[in-house]
Amino acid sequence: MTTLDTKLKRDLRRLWGQVLAIALVIAGGVASLVLSTGSFRSLDETRIAYYERYQFADVFAEVTRAPKTLVTRIAEISGVAAVEARIAKLALLDIPEFPEPATGRFISLPETGSPLLNRLYMRAGRLPGANDLDEVVVNESFAKAHGFGPGDRFSATLNGRKRELTIVGIALSPEYVYAIGPGDRMPDDRRFAIIWMSERALAEVFGLEGAFSWVSLKLMPDAVETEVIDALDDLLEPYGGGAAYGRKYQTSHAYLEHGLDMLRNMSRTLPPIFLVVSAFLVNLTLSRLVALEREQIGLLKALGYFDTSIVAHYAKFVAVVALIGIVIGSAAGTLLGVYVTRLFGDFYRFPFLVFADSPDVYLLAALLSLFAALGGAFRSLREIVSLAAAVAMQPPAPPSFQRALFGRMELGSLLSQRMMMMVRGMARKPIRAALATLGMAFATAILVVSLFIGNAMEELVDVTYFMADRQDATISFAEKRPETVVFDVSRLPGVLAAEPYRQVPIRIRKGSLERRTLLSGRPPGADLSRIIDIDLRTVSLPETGVAISAYLGRLLDARVGDTVEVDLLDGRRRTVELTVAALVEDYFGIAAMMDAGALSRLLREAPTANGVHLSVDDGKLDLLYEAIKQMPTVAGVALQRVSLVNFRQSLAIIVTTMAGIYTGLSIVIAFGVVYNSARISLSEHARELATLRVLGFSQGETMRILLLELSVIVALAQPPGWAIGYGLSWLMNKQLAGELMRVPLVVENLTYVLATTIIFVAALISALVVGRRVYALDLVAVLKTRE
Amino acid sequence: MAETIFRARSLTRTYLTGEVAVHALRDVSLDIQAGELVVMLGPSGSGKSTLLNIMGGLDRPTSGELFFKGIELTALSERELTLYRREHVGVVFQFYNLIPSLTAYENVALVTEISASPMRPDEALALVGLEARRNHFPAQLSGGEQQRVAIARAIAKRPEVLLCDEPTGALDSKTGIRVIDALVNVNTQLGTTTLIITHNASIHAVADRVLFFADGTISKIQVNERRLSAAALTW
Ligand SMILES: Nc1ncnc2c1ncn2[C@@H]1O[C@H](COP(=O)(O)OP(=O)(O)O)[C@@H](O)[C@H]1O
Ligand SMILES: [Mg+2]
Repeated sequence: MTTLDTKLKRDLRRLWGQVLAIALVIAGGVASLVLSTGSFRSLDETRIAYYERYQFADVFAEVTRAPKTLVTRIAEISGVAAVEARIAKLALLDIPEFPEPATGRFISLPETGSPLLNRLYMRAGRLPGANDLDEVVVNESFAKAHGFGPGDRFSATLNGRKRELTIVGIALSPEYVYAIGPGDRMPDDRRFAIIWMSERALAEVFGLEGAFSWVSLKLMPDAVETEVIDALDDLLEPYGGGAAYGRKYQTSHAYLEHGLDMLRNMSRTLPPIFLVVSAFLVNLTLSRLVALEREQIGLLKALGYFDTSIVAHYAKFVAVVALIGIVIGSAAGTLLGVYVTRLFGDFYRFPFLVFADSPDVYLLAALLSLFAALGGAFRSLREIVSLAAAVAMQPPAPPSFQRALFGRMELGSLLSQRMMMMVRGMARKPIRAALATLGMAFATAILVVSLFIGNAMEELVDVTYFMADRQDATISFAEKRPETVVFDVSRLPGVLAAEPYRQVPIRIRKGSLERRTLLSGRPPGADLSRIIDIDLRTVSLPETGVAISAYLGRLLDARVGDTVEVDLLDGRRRTVELTVAALVEDYFGIAAMMDAGALSRLLREAPTANGVHLSVDDGKLDLLYEAIKQMPTVAGVALQRVSLVNFRQSLAIIVTTMAGIYTGLSIVIAFGVVYNSARISLSEHARELATLRVLGFSQGETMRILLLELSVIVALAQPPGWAIGYGLSWLMNKQLAGELMRVPLVVENLTYVLATTIIFVAALISALVVGRRVYALDLVAVLKTRE
Repeated sequence: MAETIFRARSLTRTYLTGEVAVHALRDVSLDIQAGELVVMLGPSGSGKSTLLNIMGGLDRPTSGELFFKGIELTALSERELTLYRREHVGVVFQFYNLIPSLTAYENVALVTEISASPMRPDEALALVGLEARRNHFPAQLSGGEQQRVAIARAIAKRPEVLLCDEPTGALDSKTGIRVIDALVNVNTQLGTTTLIITHNASIHAVADRVLFFADGTISKIQVNERRLSAAALTW
């Protein structure tokens, strides 16, 4: 080992606090990239593997009743690789010791046993025998929620008749990675089940012998989806086909895609910001740290060391620091990535997880950090090494202060001598002061954007659950009912108010831009389920025209007053032209809304309802549940409060966990930056400070002078930090927006306060740690040796 | 007649600070013989360090020529100049300039590792009477001891010239004498050409020649017929 390497080792040990602090800043950037990209890729690959191995279909269509003979004709559509026809129906469940009404999605299994498409992943038990009509397989999350295993029993009201069912198997399906009940916004494992039964049993109950009510298609790789869908629609139309759709509109897939999109967008937005910020901060810090070595560099030159050896020596130092950071960051990022993958893997019911290894991500993060670190060091080295040895060995020449600048302004008399010292110190190195401030501002900004995600979730809950959708429960019917059903529902025990709604699947189009969604009709003056606009005011629907989600408006490039084409996909299909009457800034889904009367005129039908929103007397809930279970026409009941709890426990948890992780990483980065700033500032001013001590300043006074600079930089950095943070939040907001969910761009004042508080706490702790060093300043040594 | 080791002709060094030009050296010409011990005296700012730094290859003149044993230093590339410093010159500074994170031994080894035919670091430390303190860090040594480590570091490569810029400037008189003693020893025992800058006029008695500086020029040269030993100095 050369003596220079010995020096390297000792320097690393001597500066361990700073080395660690810089390494942690690097680690924060590296971890954020490794964790987010790693978890996204793992989940994406899990999804791909799951879909592929379990043959998730590409196109889906529901029909009222189609003869099985149609299957061969469907299979002949060009581009179709496989067809799976089945019976699929919704029914209310009655589960022992569970008062709330639950809904089951009953799906028939072919006589041959396992389906070809949307195959089951059997977790336990077996498939029902073809002739065992009361045996069922249930989805795993439902079984878990009730503690069910093979052998357990519950009952269901199938087509008006109550039936005892025995669980023989537990399974998962790629079709229900995200299983959401009718009218619900969030999955509720206790109240929504996927139940597979023998085809014979379901055909008997629903009178569908020799017929099917649902068809799934697998397409050839070169198939054109829209063409297949059109051909399928033509075949199904006579049988009450409800318009076929691709994966994009398959609920489970859409939610999964959205979740992965959010994760991907987060991984494309935050980590690059973190990485760049950490790179910038490391660059700044190391540049200052190396600048402190000026005299030693000069000495090495004087002793006859080549510039290249000197540069290599410091490059090694910096590389070691960077490597420590990269190792810590990779390890933390990997662990967090696995954690996040499991979190999402649980939320989406994947039967297994594929952990993608992403060497490229580690490499990218490592190289970027290393380059940033080396770049910072080289910036200072280049300057110092180019100096003649004799010059480098001397401390930098005392700068020529601009006395006139402050003298003329009479500012000098306003500021204390101490303040003057600091202000001049900063003024003489304006670029460094500006960079330090900018670095600190970035630390604030990444805190703001991390905290913003949590804010957004709260705001979303607030607006959605407490301002817009104020109903306690929503009953949805298996088939549309005459609107008068609302009177029957009103008479149910505990119902305080009831509001019917009508929902029709539509395709809405402007020019070549098209989306599929639901058009809902609402009674004028609906008070339970309200529409809230961007300014949080209630929107009353115009008597003509359609109100659409603002996001849908952007997707279609439609503004208020524009005409859109709407295909009504219910009953007799028609295409109508409607005027966009309002754009509604909502957060969940993309929706189209109309006045109920206008909608029924449009549909040329008597007023009908697909469901009823209820306001309920809490004390009589159990009676209401009992009564609903007796209503054969009800397909499901969505409970708002349960939905909110589920939201908070699932999606919100995931999002806030992510926000928490990023906040944690930004805190680490912030501390690293502030601590280093303080520490380097001490080294830069060591001699000045020691001189002050010699001149009779107390330790406290000396420390205050040192901290004055730190506090000024921290304080100056806050407003730009907030501004940058808001900008980043805006970017995040854009990135996280999707057709299923958007987050409101609300950065609470508290977020700014919190971000700033964290920075100040970091500054305070750093000050205390560094302050101890002021107390330990060896006056004689500092003045005598030129360290 | 000894060989001429340095031959300076019309050396000029001008510093430009802002709008003002500082003439640190003005047209200095000088010959130094091998084995000589030269003391440089003069008021602060008179150009002593500037000349020494140029001779040590630590700085370059603005104009003029400087030869080291027939090699034109002023024409060397940066890399050749580094090699010149590495092989031929030992330097001692007023503030010792030891690397604080290295022990006395290691500070010397820092130089022996890169030179062609050095003595062992212990040998060099023994020459300045510090063999017992080899494992001490600079912070554990007194100023005089630190300066002697710096001298050991400078002589360990067996340089042909030893350049010392106010080596006693930060020391008390007794310690200063020990340091001068160490330098004189090196000069007499190893025959190393030695140039010493000092503010202490009494040191001039140990020299072969004394150069008096004033305002960037050598105003006077005094030749000593007889050199005193360091022990005989008083100040
Ligand atoms: N790096 C520098 N930049 C500007 N002026 C310098 C520099 N180094 C020395 N000087 C000036 O050159 C003159 C001679 O300096 P120096 O050789 O160090 O004097 P001495 O060593 O005799 O005290 C002084 O006026 C000094 O201010
Ligand atoms: Mg000098």
